[in-house]
Amino acid sequence: MGLGVDWAVDWLKLSAKAMAEHRTELIELDRAIGDSDHGENMDRGFQAVVQKLDETPPETAGAALKAAAMALMSKVGGAAGPLYGTAYLRAATSLGDSTDIDADALASALAAARDGVVARGKAETGDKTMIDAWTPAVEAARNAASDGGDVHAVLQAAAEAAEVGAVATDPLVARKGRASYLGERSAGHRDPGAASTALLLRAAAAAAAGSVGNTGTSAGNTGTDAV
Amino acid sequence: MTVGIVVVSHSSKIAEGAVELAAQMAPDVELVAAGGTDDERIGTSLEKVLAAVEQSLIDAGGDGVVVLTDLGSAVMTAESAIEFASDPDAILLADAPLVEGLVAAAVAAQGGAGVEDVRKAAEAVGFGASAGTEAPGSPRESSEPDAAGDFELINPMGIHARPAAKIAGGLSGLDAEVTINDVDGTSMMALMTLAAGQGATLRVEARGKDAGKAVQYVGRLVGEGFGEI
Repeated sequence: MGLGVDWAVDWLKLSAKAMAEHRTELIELDRAIGDSDHGENMDRGFQAVVQKLDETPPETAGAALKAAAMALMSKVGGAAGPLYGTAYLRAATSLGDSTDIDADALASALAAARDGVVARGKAETGDKTMIDAWTPAVEAARNAASDGGDVHAVLQAAAEAAEVGAVATDPLVARKGRASYLGERSAGHRDPGAASTALLLRAAAAAAAGSVGNTGTSAGNTGTDAV
Repeated sequence: MTVGIVVVSHSSKIAEGAVELAAQMAPDVELVAAGGTDDERIGTSLEKVLAAVEQSLIDAGGDGVVVLTDLGSAVMTAESAIEFASDPDAILLADAPLVEGLVAAAVAAQGGAGVEDVRKAAEAVGFGASAGTEAPGSPRESSEPDAAGDFELINPMGIHARPAAKIAGGLSGLDAEVTINDVDGTSMMALMTLAAGQGATLRVEARGKDAGKAVQYVGRLVGEGFGEI
């Protein structure tokens, strides 16, 4: 059983919840090495995502992610808007109209999202940015998929790797974004974008756990009971 | 119809102020400001920038659009907006200082320059470039000019912003490479750095199909004292 629109909507709503819950934490991280608006911006952006999904329920996972991309790019305000917006948009394009997303498709969509962030922000691994959470997540997802893991295993692996990647930004010296102005003084703080990426991928895994539970083993179940 | 120009800034006041400033020197160019977020905070909004770009595409009527931006994420939002736009190939992003680049671009557009040349005019200003001598299309020392002339400035203020805008604007619409006292005649900033006052002589050298017209054009403006006497 692959994933569909219910998972995508669940993911985005759980993301909104995570951004609200971790708002202060993200603000504190950003206060140390940035302009202290990341928590507030992400919270506002994801509230707009939820509003948009409620107003116009999407038909496919791709459509849900595309709607989220547009809302984030318009409402976040800071650099996270176009970066996450591009990530969701590329993931949406990668998934297309699929209503039965399997492990390989999921790993490919995560890779497309990461490539979008790289293209937009022009950061590399080790620059102390969200790429340092995205790249290990993409690699872990690919490995899990090629080892025959199901969709939940893929997202679980991605979330864990992103969390490790985010923690690993602590000692790095920033080379991109506002934090790069601080030079050596940026070391010793976690990158806020890497931290929010880990939270978003954790939400994706949690949503998949919910979807897998809901859809059970019945192939005929359309999953309308989810959310 | 001229090339349209969109200004993307984190601040709506900066975007609107820059547009107001440039409009003084380019009254016929459609300048669209897209600053701040939807709810008037500091930041950039895809929706706002996309709306501005689409408006500008209509205003420009097929002549194309040049986008100028301020800090980092404004560039990312502008790039996203171009990807989403109805005609991405007609929109060029200029890598230039916002205010100086905008004024140079607006003046070039006012003079009838095409979209590529308007972007070039903005980028020629450069970050820290001096006297416009590194500008694209600047002096080719080797060949003899096809037309040349020496004109003495008679207006009391000499070459200040407005005359520089008139010269650069008119010349950028002609098919000629023009230097004035060895700087690029289509660069308003370069002309201003000449600091040529009343009584100073402008040496105009032009190469290309419209060389004669270019020299005549500058001669006429100088002779009329740029309409200031």
